[in-house]
Amino acid sequence: MMINDIRERLQQQISQLIIALDGIVKTTGMPIITDKSGNPLWVDVREITLRYQIPVKKIQKFFEGLKEGKVLATKCPKCNTIYFPPQDDCPKCKMSNLEWVEMPNEGELVAYTIINVKPPSFSHYSDYIIGIAKMANGVNITAWVNSKEVKIGMKVRLKVIRREPEGYITYELEPI
Amino acid sequence: MRNVAIVGTGHTKFGVRTDVNLQELAWEAIRQALEEANLEQKDIQYFVVGNVGSWSAEELPAVVIGEYSDLVPKGTMRVEAACATGSAALRDAYLAIKSGEVDIALAVGVEQMHQSPNPQVVELIGRAGDYFWEFENFGLTFPGYYALYASAYMAKYGAKEEDLGKIAIKNHYYGARNPYAQFQKEITMEEYLKSKPVAYPLKLLDSSPITDGAAAVVLASEEVAKELTDSPVWIVSQGVASGTANLSKRSDFTHIDAAEIAAKEAYKRAKIEFENAWKYFDVAEVHDCFTIAEIMAYEDLGFAKRGEGYLLAREKQTYIGGKVPVNVDGGLKSKGHPIGATGISMAVSITRQLLDRAPKGTQADIKNGMGLTHNVGGTGHYAYVTIFSTRRPSS
Ligand SMILES: [Zn+2]
Repeated sequence: MMINDIRERLQQQISQLIIALDGIVKTTGMPIITDKSGNPLWVDVREITLRYQIPVKKIQKFFEGLKEGKVLATKCPKCNTIYFPPQDDCPKCKMSNLEWVEMPNEGELVAYTIINVKPPSFSHYSDYIIGIAKMANGVNITAWVNSKEVKIGMKVRLKVIRREPEGYITYELEPI
Repeated sequence: MRNVAIVGTGHTKFGVRTDVNLQELAWEAIRQALEEANLEQKDIQYFVVGNVGSWSAEELPAVVIGEYSDLVPKGTMRVEAACATGSAALRDAYLAIKSGEVDIALAVGVEQMHQSPNPQVVELIGRAGDYFWEFENFGLTFPGYYALYASAYMAKYGAKEEDLGKIAIKNHYYGARNPYAQFQKEITMEEYLKSKPVAYPLKLLDSSPITDGAAAVVLASEEVAKELTDSPVWIVSQGVASGTANLSKRSDFTHIDAAEIAAKEAYKRAKIEFENAWKYFDVAEVHDCFTIAEIMAYEDLGFAKRGEGYLLAREKQTYIGGKVPVNVDGGLKSKGHPIGATGISMAVSITRQLLDRAPKGTQADIKNGMGLTHNVGGTGHYAYVTIFSTRRPSS
């Protein structure tokens, strides 16, 4: 399925609800429906659609790295702390402009789950496995695990992929 | 610093409360608490509203509740500490009195999650971690976060699916006897095992529901409390801690660090030994948003050794008559989990337990006159442990 089909399907569901509500307003003069327990509910006639804009300037290198197939972390030159997710400030040393280092490829799964009840914005994917892996440098990563079999202690590889149907570049874990 | 006591409690029926709006729901609890304390609104010098919101329409809940409940022009604020929001509201009111700023304060927790359709609520709660690195890319749901803990705990200590089920069965057993509970129905192991998967290894019957509800407490300074009532319930101490936003930044996925730190802080102030903590309490309310959370709570509170929490449940030691009765009001699992109200609901349950006022079939034996609440916000993002007693604290 293409991303536009998904968007269209969601929009269709929303507009069907709004059309139904318009019908109720037309016949009763009010946007009031009845719920399962028979209680009258006023359905908001004002709607809000939000997509936040999150500044990523300080970690722009991370996204450049992804484009080159690398998962990057930051490292404080003073205390040697490795930050993943990357951040350009070391609050311990009160330093900025940290070094960029590549995350190791290999790690071990320390926790996982399979998401069966999905948020609507993930409803176009089949059930997905999310794992936390401890990588060879001791730093943990959360990501989808691309595997049929999954077990705590399983050795995994970190890999940059293009996630369809959105088509954006991200990373996942797969069994070694 | 002065002693602070609970002098009035209020609690609504939890569940799908589409019969009232947010402020009407809060008022049900506030009215009951005022009546119990035998006070009028004019006597309340400060009120705090615990509400997470985003699923409900009112953007400034403290303001609409203040107006509806005739508490204006008293000072107020809305507080948020995720699922521990109620305990945060209690803390703010408690500190206001303890510091000498006011003598009487009210804390109300309220949440109306059914103002939004369930899928939207799943979407909104999933965002309650490190949004960008956990939700945006990987779609972690709230049960998913606790499921990560559950898989790690089970792999390390050998706990079984049935051990998680024991928690759900106990909490439904007591919820069936609590007229305020959302689910007043017992469940069997068979029903538990067959229930729908939500986030492996957690199932529907491992999970607390989406709930509407409100709870309120009136707090007073020692001097005022003694004038108002013969049976104040004292707040002996409270421990507070926080955890990383991003779960992957934690070192261990088999316990909740913030909860253990908060417990140790509360115990230290109350002069309670961590290793023998269970001996001090007649009853406890712990955060069982998911069954695994209650098992970890036993360990984080020192009721069981590391890796042995599930045995406590297996041996029925947390039923009334056991080592330490836990969640005998049904817990979040069966009573319901209206996020902003939960912490205050726990305080109301413990207060009524200590005063021998719990519903029939849920009353623990009160010997030491001491109880505890353990309220975790998010997945260990916030933690509050509060100790209550019928005996006046010495300090
Ligand atoms: Zn540093």
